[in-house]
Amino acid sequence: MTFYTPIPDELKEYIDKWKLKKGSLIMILRSVQDYYGYVPKKICFSLAKELKAPLARIYEVLTFYNYFKTESPGKYKIAVCMGTACYLKGAAAIIKAIEDKLDIKESQATKDGLFSLENVRCIGCCGIAPNMRINEKIYGKLNKERVSEILDEYINLNAGVSSSQEPPIL
Amino acid sequence: MINAIINGIQIQVEQGTTILDAAKKANIKIPTLCKHPDLDPTAACGICIVKIKGSDKMARSCCTEIEEGMDITTHDAEITAIRRTVLELILSNHPNACLTCIRNQNCELQSIAAEFGIAEEPFEKILSEEKIDESIKTIVLEPEKCIKCGRCVQACQDMQNVWALSFVNRGIKTKIAPAAEFKLAESPCVSCGQCSAYCPVGSIYEYDETSTVWNALNDPSKYCVAQIAPAVRVAIGESFGMESGELATGKLYSLLKRMGFKAVFDTNFGADVTIVEEATEFVKRLRGGEGILPLISSCCPGWVDFMEKFHSDMIPNFSTCKSPHEILATLAKTYYAQKTNIPASDIFMASIMPCIAKKFEVHRSKEMYASGNQDVDVSITTRELVKMIKQTGIDFAALTDSEPDHILADYSGGGTIFGVTGGVMEAGLRTINYLITGKNLEKFDLKDVRGLKGVKEADIRIGEHDLKVAVAHGLGNVEYLMNKIRAARETGQNPPYHFIEAMACPGGCIGGGGQPRNVNDAVRNLRINGLYADDKNCKHRNCHDNPQIKQLYKEFLGEPGGTKSQELLHLYYRKREEYKSYRETDFLF
Repeated sequence: MTFYTPIPDELKEYIDKWKLKKGSLIMILRSVQDYYGYVPKKICFSLAKELKAPLARIYEVLTFYNYFKTESPGKYKIAVCMGTACYLKGAAAIIKAIEDKLDIKESQATKDGLFSLENVRCIGCCGIAPNMRINEKIYGKLNKERVSEILDEYINLNAGVSSSQEPPIL
Repeated sequence: MINAIINGIQIQVEQGTTILDAAKKANIKIPTLCKHPDLDPTAACGICIVKIKGSDKMARSCCTEIEEGMDITTHDAEITAIRRTVLELILSNHPNACLTCIRNQNCELQSIAAEFGIAEEPFEKILSEEKIDESIKTIVLEPEKCIKCGRCVQACQDMQNVWALSFVNRGIKTKIAPAAEFKLAESPCVSCGQCSAYCPVGSIYEYDETSTVWNALNDPSKYCVAQIAPAVRVAIGESFGMESGELATGKLYSLLKRMGFKAVFDTNFGADVTIVEEATEFVKRLRGGEGILPLISSCCPGWVDFMEKFHSDMIPNFSTCKSPHEILATLAKTYYAQKTNIPASDIFMASIMPCIAKKFEVHRSKEMYASGNQDVDVSITTRELVKMIKQTGIDFAALTDSEPDHILADYSGGGTIFGVTGGVMEAGLRTINYLITGKNLEKFDLKDVRGLKGVKEADIRIGEHDLKVAVAHGLGNVEYLMNKIRAARETGQNPPYHFIEAMACPGGCIGGGGQPRNVNDAVRNLRINGLYADDKNCKHRNCHDNPQIKQLYKEFLGEPGGTKSQELLHLYYRKREEYKSYRETDFLF
């Protein structure tokens, strides 16, 4: 079983530019994430070869920063605010409600690829705490029931549409 | 020199000394947890903090260099209170499972908790939910007990250059594991076990197979035999109050007989055979026969696994000789079985090794079944034998010496120094000299290849030949030699060496991953001296002079490197992926 996959030309060009400069792993990983929306495992294997760096080194950096995603995000990216105001207003219960409803944990995507969940720091809407963002849309003054309704709206919107979208790679 | 004051005591130390080391000069022990003398300080735990006059921050003494005029306080009520809090916080992420832990009474965290008299747990317990990883069946990772000191990561990455273990995630979610959610068995791990040797707690340890040995000993249909590796005899005593390096060969023979082994052999005998075979192979290659130079030693299974994963272009250079314990086991189930009329399938061979990688080696490929059965049935580490001894109630240190079963146990000085870095080279050259010149060396000691320097190179004249040899120990040091060979190959030059010895563990097998813990260079040197003293006291210093070896070739094997030897005592290699979906079973048959 081989894990290697060719690096797309566009990325390769960027990587070649940076790979000789010490300390640019983060730059390269950012470009990978920009391209795919996350950092796929197969690309990491190819990167390790390309950069002559151990895979473990790449993953140490990748898993250290919250910014980097190792799993494909869902069609709808749910970001629950865990900033101070939202935290105090019960953001933890909001996350729990979403986890239970969608049967996923934080930093995971649903099997059908529809939703992914992460927690973020303040998104600047403290007046309507606790709140969350789904893609670019903000939802405030949340409670367990409201969360369930909102998610149902998205689920219904996609009912009938084949929701099992292929992730961009793998 | 730097002048400073520690707890009111004037001291003078060399520039670059840490506060931690400087305090030792004033006979002060600053408590530490994550620091190990072999490794660079990681400043992970924070136990070793001290006060420096004029600074309002406390400093970690393990990684702070002492400066001229510093006035340092290492112990006062406030410092002790902070250290205690640090410990309590560490304990809040550590299970209270001491009674059932493999490191019970041998745990650095347990000891320091006792030193501080920790009696209660003020913080809420938050334990890792990561599962135990025993996929590789040589090393076990138990993440719940990990205190994230990072010693294993340093050993695996910086010292061994394997990069199987790494820090994954951060903060409270930090865990030490292979990259990308791979299990250890799917990772580049070569089972050298250095991670387990450095782990201060019960988070990384050898895959315990003592019950396999007990079950065999209790099975009347089995004819249990054992063999002891060279490095075990100079280290096991440490666990029973003996000095490091004190030779316990005779005690081990007595012990194993008392435990119920019907015959006790010595891996040193196997080492003698290895050298006779390997030296023959070398001389063939040197004289332009089959195979290329440099010849690279293959008796260390961690190194072999590493080579197959990271340096597989060196496969043609590898000696095809099996390691001594595999050779001895094959002979036990063929030569010995024939001579004693015991069916080979009844013989149960337990190897007692300083090594964790041997647990993988015993079933690594079909050549490990050369006798028709699995040649070594189980390989246990020195530490596992220690545990078994404690269960027998035998007072090991008080045992008197006894004799082994000579036919597969008598050994030469060359065989016993297999356990130290440079030993295979030295023993090999002694025999190579004989094969080339027809005479034995007048001076047996080859000092150039001895000692703890990471890479040792030497020029030796044997007969017509000027031989260049090199020795590396610790996998991180091997890279240099491999690159040098590669560079010469690529530019069409002659190989830079004729013969290379490589050992995975620092110091060679005496510093093996399965040896009693708390090892540093001082301990390594004592163990090394123990084996060189054994060499000196041997009646025969050369492997080829061992009368039992001569007998073996005369009665059973025929010529060194001959058909029978090739069939029983040699093996072949293949490239392995660094990351993979489990150990390939198709490699077996």
